[in-house]
Amino acid sequence: MSGSSVDQAFVSLKGWLLSFISSAPDWVQAIVSCLINIAGVLGLFMTLFALISVLERKILGRIQNRYGPNRVGPFGLFQPIADGIKLLIKEDIVPTHADKVVHFLAPLMMATPAILALGVIPYGRNMTVFSIDGGILFFFAVGSATELAVFMAGWGSNNKFSMLGAMRAIAQMVSYELPLILTVLPAVMIVGSLSADAIVAAQAGYSHGFVPRWFVFTPWGAAAFILFFVSGLVESNRTPFDVPEGESEIVAGHMTEYSGFKYAIFFLAEYFGMFAVSGLAVTLFLGGWHAPFPFLEIVPSYVWFFAKLSVLLLVFIWIRGTLPRMRVDHVMNFAWKFMMPMAFTCIIAAAAWHYQSHGLAGWLGSLGILLVVYLALSRFLRANKNLSPRTYRFAE
Amino acid sequence: MSAAAFIIIAIFTLAGALAAACLRKLIHAALCLVLAFLGLAAFYFLLGAEFVGLVQVFVYVGAVAVLIVFTILLTRREDEEAASFNWAGALVAIAVFAGLVWTILKTSGVAVIAPAIESLTVKRIGETLMTNYVWPLQCVGLLLTAALIGALVLVIEENR
Repeated sequence: MSGSSVDQAFVSLKGWLLSFISSAPDWVQAIVSCLINIAGVLGLFMTLFALISVLERKILGRIQNRYGPNRVGPFGLFQPIADGIKLLIKEDIVPTHADKVVHFLAPLMMATPAILALGVIPYGRNMTVFSIDGGILFFFAVGSATELAVFMAGWGSNNKFSMLGAMRAIAQMVSYELPLILTVLPAVMIVGSLSADAIVAAQAGYSHGFVPRWFVFTPWGAAAFILFFVSGLVESNRTPFDVPEGESEIVAGHMTEYSGFKYAIFFLAEYFGMFAVSGLAVTLFLGGWHAPFPFLEIVPSYVWFFAKLSVLLLVFIWIRGTLPRMRVDHVMNFAWKFMMPMAFTCIIAAAAWHYQSHGLAGWLGSLGILLVVYLALSRFLRANKNLSPRTYRFAE
Repeated sequence: MSAAAFIIIAIFTLAGALAAACLRKLIHAALCLVLAFLGLAAFYFLLGAEFVGLVQVFVYVGAVAVLIVFTILLTRREDEEAASFNWAGALVAIAVFAGLVWTILKTSGVAVIAPAIESLTVKRIGETLMTNYVWPLQCVGLLLTAALIGALVLVIEENR
């Protein structure tokens, strides 16, 4: 399957740019090639960040029955530029008793992993920024540094709200990292590779001529996708799992003492984390850059990737606009008592599917395993709870 | 190029390790230790052991560093400024260093006679773990499960 010229437009563009320095030594070419990739990814995702930030405010506005930003530029599209200028010229306040170095480094430590994680996702045919053998592992390895950054922000601010918020954030991130990684395992197991390119390649083609072989269309894949998405919501600290932030209890969590551009970098890191998790979900379960129907394969591969990514991002926004926040202990209970067992079940269901040679028997078998465990789990979890009308001690 | 990379990484790793040993504030020391961990991971990458490098970042930066930081946080003492020079620690460090130097001097130069090795893919590591080393792997799994249950039991006892 060789891509058309439109499909490979960006790859050819990079080749054309590199042809100018073809006489330079190899290491110069390697470095320039890296820089082109970095500039491409950063430029693209900064633009997407700007667009999504204004789109999120507009969609939230619609959900809450108001207009949202519509003053700056056509449809309020220049709002991010105004916001950027505002945040740049805002005073950068550092508390007197803050741990200055740690306070300064925390936003950087926060943004770096989020940007690095974007590197291993295949954005289109031949469009992976760097394809290494353990790409998926790289994603989680750099992602695990985020917890340290949150801690640095909480500690460096020398503020009890910051510290408490950081503790909450770290607690929920550590807990949900387990289901996040465990739900990736089925896809990795079936493909037999940790490389994102190989996982996308394994989802090529169509069964019965029209149903794409994406993992989300198998029972284990669908369950793993939902679990992965929920864990991704928690990892990026989005509603309904944004317990580290809470105006009435711990102000803005670990970001309380940050202002101006440092706050903007936290904001950016949150969105980049969201992009990275959604991108990985697309890669692992939604077939990466593959088209949903055979006759749609003439549309370039990167269009499909970004279409799927946008859908997931819209779901993120939709959930934020419609669901109330969960309580901390509920979030943790949910992780350990429901997400973990279900993630393990996904692995077993995927194995059952695999050993029935990916056929109908395996499909039904894995669905059966998942359903049995799900029903047993929900019954068991409900048995320990006495659900009754809530009684208020002070409010009544 | 790899020699230049080696020197740069070595400087960062050693600086991180030295700072971790010398800094007064324990949290700063712990964060510098993270720098040393990252330097080690970079060394693994330089040697072509991609998987080991990634696991180094994953386990040491993602888990061990967070654990260290939390331990410091939960056991913080007010007298952290008044720590005097720790002679026993220095002795242990010198002994370990001497042992390592002695071992390095005793081994013949590997780099000179290194044969061209096949690149170490994750697949090969997995296959080896699941065939040749399956019993050690199971034992480690059992040990970790026991540790996990042990930790839970400790916490439950405390709550009663």
